[in-house]
Amino acid sequence: MKPNSFAAAAFVLLITLVTGCSSSTSDGDAAATLKLQGSGASFPAPLYGRWFKEYSAATDAVRVDYQAKGSGGGIKDFTEHTVDFAASDAAMNDEEIAEVDEGVVLLPLTAGSVVLAYNLPGLSQPLKLSREAYVGIFLGKVTNWNDKTIAAANEGVDLPDLPVTVVRRADSSGTTFIFTNHLSAISQEFADGPGVGKSVNWPETGNFIAAPKNDGVTATIVQTPGSIGYIEFGFAEQAKLPMAELENAAGEFIAPTLENAATALASVEMPDDLRAWLPDPEGEGAYPIVSYTWLLCYKQYDDPAKAKALKELVRWCLTEGQESSPEMGYVRLPENVVETVVGKLESIQ
Amino acid sequence: MPAATTTVSESTNPTTLSVPPSRWEIAVDRGFRLSTRLFAWVTVALVFLIVYEVAGNAMPAIRRYGFSFLTSTTWDLQKDQFGILPEIWGTLYSSLLALTIGGFFGISIAIFLTQDFLPPTIEWIFKNIVELLAAIPSVVYGLWGIFVVIPLLRPLATWLHDHLGWFPLFGTSLSGPGMLPAAIVLSIMILPTVSAISRDALSSVPEKIKEAAFGLGATRWEAIFGVILPSASAGIFGALVLGFGRALGETMALAMLVGNSNQISISLFSPGNTLAALLANHFPEAGRGEEPVLMYAALILLTITLLVNITGAFILKDATQRFQGHAK
Repeated sequence: MKPNSFAAAAFVLLITLVTGCSSSTSDGDAAATLKLQGSGASFPAPLYGRWFKEYSAATDAVRVDYQAKGSGGGIKDFTEHTVDFAASDAAMNDEEIAEVDEGVVLLPLTAGSVVLAYNLPGLSQPLKLSREAYVGIFLGKVTNWNDKTIAAANEGVDLPDLPVTVVRRADSSGTTFIFTNHLSAISQEFADGPGVGKSVNWPETGNFIAAPKNDGVTATIVQTPGSIGYIEFGFAEQAKLPMAELENAAGEFIAPTLENAATALASVEMPDDLRAWLPDPEGEGAYPIVSYTWLLCYKQYDDPAKAKALKELVRWCLTEGQESSPEMGYVRLPENVVETVVGKLESIQ
Repeated sequence: MPAATTTVSESTNPTTLSVPPSRWEIAVDRGFRLSTRLFAWVTVALVFLIVYEVAGNAMPAIRRYGFSFLTSTTWDLQKDQFGILPEIWGTLYSSLLALTIGGFFGISIAIFLTQDFLPPTIEWIFKNIVELLAAIPSVVYGLWGIFVVIPLLRPLATWLHDHLGWFPLFGTSLSGPGMLPAAIVLSIMILPTVSAISRDALSSVPEKIKEAAFGLGATRWEAIFGVILPSASAGIFGALVLGFGRALGETMALAMLVGNSNQISISLFSPGNTLAALLANHFPEAGRGEEPVLMYAALILLTITLLVNITGAFILKDATQRFQGHAK
């Protein structure tokens, strides 16, 4: 009898499982709260997360969900219409824009800088890297820290006799795009070699190692004496990693601070489609590797309520939201940029 | 087996014999049998469906790159050049290294736990602790590798490279992530699989064989190495193959530890890459051009893993049958 009753119990359990799964399909009720769904770039994700949470709390009629899956993933979701908006560090190129029938509005919401963080034991003052030096490092040509191209800009500094270990991103990433865009702008050799992209073909030597995500690169730099890698400013600051002072277009060595990044932004004229690139910002005191990051919206929404809510949200991010940017390690948008973007917002229907 | 169960129920519960099963009982019994069979087939169908889906998505890449995909070494999204030879090499090399380390320790543990070296309670505790290793998440192993294993290895690796650098295995210096740390962590991850199945194989060696060996005057170690290990060898081999299959597919820990560098090197300290790590790193942001290529790589990984696992399953089946034969 026993095995049989067990079998019966198991059978009943199976039946309930199968039917249970099929009956719980949709939760039905036409939501009183409006939900905005977004996905994309992970570079500004900490800031967006904070903004959307604060905004959702302040206005109880709107809830915003943002999934940080990466710029490429965001653009894909956006073209396939599975989200209401997306975010990307590399904006969208003309080809991608042409695929969206309703039209696209690209809105820069914040900006950040990419820094070269390093781990050199026993070095007290910040490392200065000339353009020749850091391009050389990322081309795999400068392989020891006491190389003369590095030493030239660091007079009086006792550079260790240690191999250079370059840490790069293993996954495809907007941070890589911003960094390679800059390197390609200042070095023809880099442009012809690895080139610009979210994932490029880095030199294949034993001293190049790759780690996933910004935090992976950060952890690897912390753990590896003699390493240098490119990460988002906020991550380096949080990990208290030293960041190199980089030579800018004007020939000065600039520390990566929010002020210096803002100086770089101020030197750029916003074009009509708001796709402004700063591969090599001019001007004194400008930190050289800075980029905007964009919110992607459709020009035309089926649901007018949704369009209205989204416009309200973006307006809030551009005004009140900017207050919290510096705290999170992002650059405040210059006033004139905010005005332009708010103006552009009206084209969303 | 079935014969034994009937006799037991007859003697302990005589009333059931006179009452024929009711229609309800028959229906439940049939229903249960039917549903279990259904689920078994669904599982098989699922494997085929996955292979079909992956192959279908990989088709554009297979047509475009063909066999050269397996033999070229560049992964360049900008120039549309893709090859996974370094990843195939890295997958097999890291798994083999892990198998060498993990296999040695796994089998040693299995011997230690089955040959009456310990009182039963302690044996039970040990057994469970080893199996608990399987419950630790991959990411935790990865972090442990970065923060504990690599710093521990660094002095040894530097010494080996400085003094024995002429030897190909120590040909490069350890910059941090690389083959050896990845393989060491991987070997710990496959330890539960290897030791659990080896233990089963060892404990299914009939007591009589052991007694016969002792009867002929063999010492304990002679009995273990001369008689018990050879008798269980097929099962142990099966354990190693399953452990190998496990190592091939491991993703997160490797993505964090292997260095993700697109190169082929025999040196233990140089960074490399594996298929699973490549997929984990590139899938989240893959665009339309890259997706078929990644699917193609996934198909290759799936093929390698399936082949290894099927072989392992066959050897294991063969081995268990042989032991049951002896037991009779």
